[in-house]
Amino acid sequence: MSFPILSLTTFAPLIGAALILLMPRANAARWIALITTIVTLGLSLVVWGEFDTHVAGFQLVEKASWLGGGISYHMGVDGISMLFVVLTAGLMPFCIAASWEAIENRVPEYMIAFLVLETLMIGVFCALDLVLFYVLFEGGLIPMFLIIGIWGGKRRVYASFKFFLYTFTGSVLMLLAIMAMYWYAGTTDIVTLLNGVHFPARMQTWLWLAFFASFAVKMPMWPVHTWLPDAHVEAPTAGSVILAGILLKMGGYGFLRFSLPMFPSASEMFAPLVFTLSIVAIIYTSLVALAQEDMKKLIAYSSVAHMGFVTMGIFTLTHQGVEGGIFQMLSHGVVSGALFLCVGVVYDRMHTREISAYGGLVNRMPVYAACFMVFTLANVGLPGTSGFVGEFLTMLGAYLHNSWIAIFAATGVILSAAYALYLYRRIIFGALVKPALQTIQDLSAREVAILAPLVVITIALGFYPSVVTNVTTPSVAKLIHDNQASLAMDHAKGKVALVQKGAVQ
Amino acid sequence: MTLQTDLLTLLPELIMAVGAMALLLAGAIGGEKTAPVISWGAIALLVVTGVVAVMGTPDHTTAFHGAFVADSFARFAQILILIGSALSILLADEFFQPNAARFELPVLMVLATLGMMLMVSAGSLIALYLGLELQSLALYVLAAFNRDHLRSTEAGLKYFVLGALSSGMMLYGISLIYGFTGTVEFTRIAQVVGQAGVGIGLIFGIVFLISGLAFKVSAVPFHMWTPDVYEGAPTPITAYLATAAKVAAMALFLRAILTSFPHALMQWRQIIIVLSVLSMALGAIAALGQKNIKRLMAYSSIGHMGYALLGLAAGTALGARGVLIYLAIYVFTNLGVFACIQAMRRGGRQVETIADLAGLARTDPKLAMIFSLSFLSLAGLPPLAGFFAKFYVFLAAIQAGLIWPAVLGVLASAIGLVYYLRLVKVMYFDDPAPAFDRDIGLGSQAILVLSGIVTVFFIVAASPIISSADAAAKVLLP
Repeated sequence: MSFPILSLTTFAPLIGAALILLMPRANAARWIALITTIVTLGLSLVVWGEFDTHVAGFQLVEKASWLGGGISYHMGVDGISMLFVVLTAGLMPFCIAASWEAIENRVPEYMIAFLVLETLMIGVFCALDLVLFYVLFEGGLIPMFLIIGIWGGKRRVYASFKFFLYTFTGSVLMLLAIMAMYWYAGTTDIVTLLNGVHFPARMQTWLWLAFFASFAVKMPMWPVHTWLPDAHVEAPTAGSVILAGILLKMGGYGFLRFSLPMFPSASEMFAPLVFTLSIVAIIYTSLVALAQEDMKKLIAYSSVAHMGFVTMGIFTLTHQGVEGGIFQMLSHGVVSGALFLCVGVVYDRMHTREISAYGGLVNRMPVYAACFMVFTLANVGLPGTSGFVGEFLTMLGAYLHNSWIAIFAATGVILSAAYALYLYRRIIFGALVKPALQTIQDLSAREVAILAPLVVITIALGFYPSVVTNVTTPSVAKLIHDNQASLAMDHAKGKVALVQKGAVQ
Repeated sequence: MTLQTDLLTLLPELIMAVGAMALLLAGAIGGEKTAPVISWGAIALLVVTGVVAVMGTPDHTTAFHGAFVADSFARFAQILILIGSALSILLADEFFQPNAARFELPVLMVLATLGMMLMVSAGSLIALYLGLELQSLALYVLAAFNRDHLRSTEAGLKYFVLGALSSGMMLYGISLIYGFTGTVEFTRIAQVVGQAGVGIGLIFGIVFLISGLAFKVSAVPFHMWTPDVYEGAPTPITAYLATAAKVAAMALFLRAILTSFPHALMQWRQIIIVLSVLSMALGAIAALGQKNIKRLMAYSSIGHMGYALLGLAAGTALGARGVLIYLAIYVFTNLGVFACIQAMRRGGRQVETIADLAGLARTDPKLAMIFSLSFLSLAGLPPLAGFFAKFYVFLAAIQAGLIWPAVLGVLASAIGLVYYLRLVKVMYFDDPAPAFDRDIGLGSQAILVLSGIVTVFFIVAASPIISSADAAAKVLLP
């Protein structure tokens, strides 16, 4: 592989950011950002095209020396990460388009922040070196901090600090774990670590916990999810889209890439903990979502619940569960992003997110109501939408693992229908009595152009999930196979140790 | 070992000493008007010295019976010191320009720099003390340089009194070490300790020596002078104290401890760990409540020295490498910060409170960008340079098995993050205060750009710095 397509995809947005720096005018910035993100999307589709779905290992690999001493610039994608690259690049143009009129102040800075963020996010999914991964993973906090803090709502300072401190504190322990791994293995190369480095069981426990601290906050899992509603509510629309669509997925991706394959024994040991937290997240945050008065907050809590399905599915370590988890993340990336865009549409008109300020919108905004309906149903997990596939597969995986987990998770599905439909009823249906809403306009051409593709993707993924599963299956199969193999090794070691102990006695 | 080779080994220092006296004479003859010329002469002198240090010195030679060592460790630290000094003089030239320029200032700075050069190449306790005192005496005067200014004179006096106390403690420690080992030369001390073991008297000596050195790097609990001196001293002098002086003191600390007492690692490591953890914690927590930006930078530097000390606590060549990388990045970042602070002027008057920075991103977006990048780098956020500084120190600490100090360190960095973020918040989120004066000097602008470039692009050009730090560190602990 001679042409560095992954690096090009990753760093293309930085070129756009540099151009905006040279031409800091609002309109120029908007167009440069839009064109850059579309080009990046095109590049990511090239990556998809080049990707061989029959190969389980890493592809399109690039390697260059970087810091020396076993720490290198190493990029590559496999079936688990490749679609996240496409998702990131795919959501970005929507974010830029959604900010076209909503952002009026400091437009060049805003666009630069988004483009830098895009580079860092795509890089996270391509990085095949732990240090590189960490640098990109943490680096994303800075632009997001600025996006929430500068262009956010009333309590933006509080929300941005909370977001930053939660995620940063979670991650620094992971950094120490990465260093410990470096000294044990002599390298931070992810491919090497995945194939052939086996950490002792005791060390795995500590490493797993350190990584868990980071990913659980990022995901976010109950009880460290409290930064998310605040961040979502205060962030501008596009910021919420990125937060829900991509940043949360880094946690799940981290579990898949690091925790499960590198610390198999610890993952097995802590799986009950993860299941418990996931079930609590699914049921508790769904109930919390029912009680929300703010649209964005409601969707934020529903995100936490949906991520509960993801962690549950991933840690069942069944083929269905893991694949369901990945599918759920991709689907949620599109659906929750679209829901936040829908909230943004009415927020731009009315400048409030209070649910009680709306009602009867279907009378004035039929197209909007239809779009919102599709995404609401996808959020509920109706068959025929992308939301169904992920929820179904994760529950199937959970059922194979332990039927009680599946039963508890299933109550979450009912609750999600309750809060999502309740939200929809309060906003869209009923009589149009509020005087402020009498003149509200339906979707503009720009907004239709933003939402229509997402509607198509949501339904298409519901009917043809194999688009995704074809890509993920070989890599997931390898992940599970490797995991079982090294677990078997650990168990055999444990038995030998027991036998030796017995012999001594 | 002829006199000639001894002198040749110390050529860079000799050039500086002769040059400093020449500048002093020129200033005395020419009077106050010559101040800018003397400043530029001093910068040229430092550049020449730097070139000679890089080109001329053969690797690892000793002079005057081991009193001074010229090796790649000394050279690495000297280059950093020269950069920090030259750029501080540049800042000072612009700071005092209109009314209060005095030619003594650059001369004193050159003399202090000479002291620092000797400190990092010291191979014995006596040479160490000579270099340290030359540096300190010049710095006391520099801190009080705004002599009509209450704060500045207070700073100078405090620095002097506490500095003298610490020098006394260190000298006492040196005498104990000499008494119990019979030598003042670092490598010989190591031999003696290796054969005879570590006695209680020697431990007393080490403790006093470390106390004195800890004062110079302003590690807790010897940090009391730092906030007052940083606040009171003229801004370019604070920059000088925070960059060149810190590099010299830390490099001296490394060499004195690592080469003299490799066999007493278990004894001194405990002390260094305590100093390090306390500094990291206090630096992070005490900075939270500060309103004056220079005071805040004082606590920030206390915290940063705590992180650097963690590398020393590792007691390995990797740890020393971590400290050197830390210092290199720290010098450039801090120069940028102080150039920014110096640019905080309204109507020709210096302002120093954090509230004055409000909304800087609207009134001067470029300055705000460099300011925030520097702060985020100091906070240790990737992908900025400061992250790699912390990375290599923690890497060494983990390898040496110092897990708990490292955990406390990263938690302290999470606390410290709050005040760095608060500064970014003030600049970017708050409503603008009146704009600063627009006439930032060319020299300051150059420093700002240089610092910004190092902060952002260290990530792509890290490996040469890392490998030269690696080579330098291996000299100490082969």
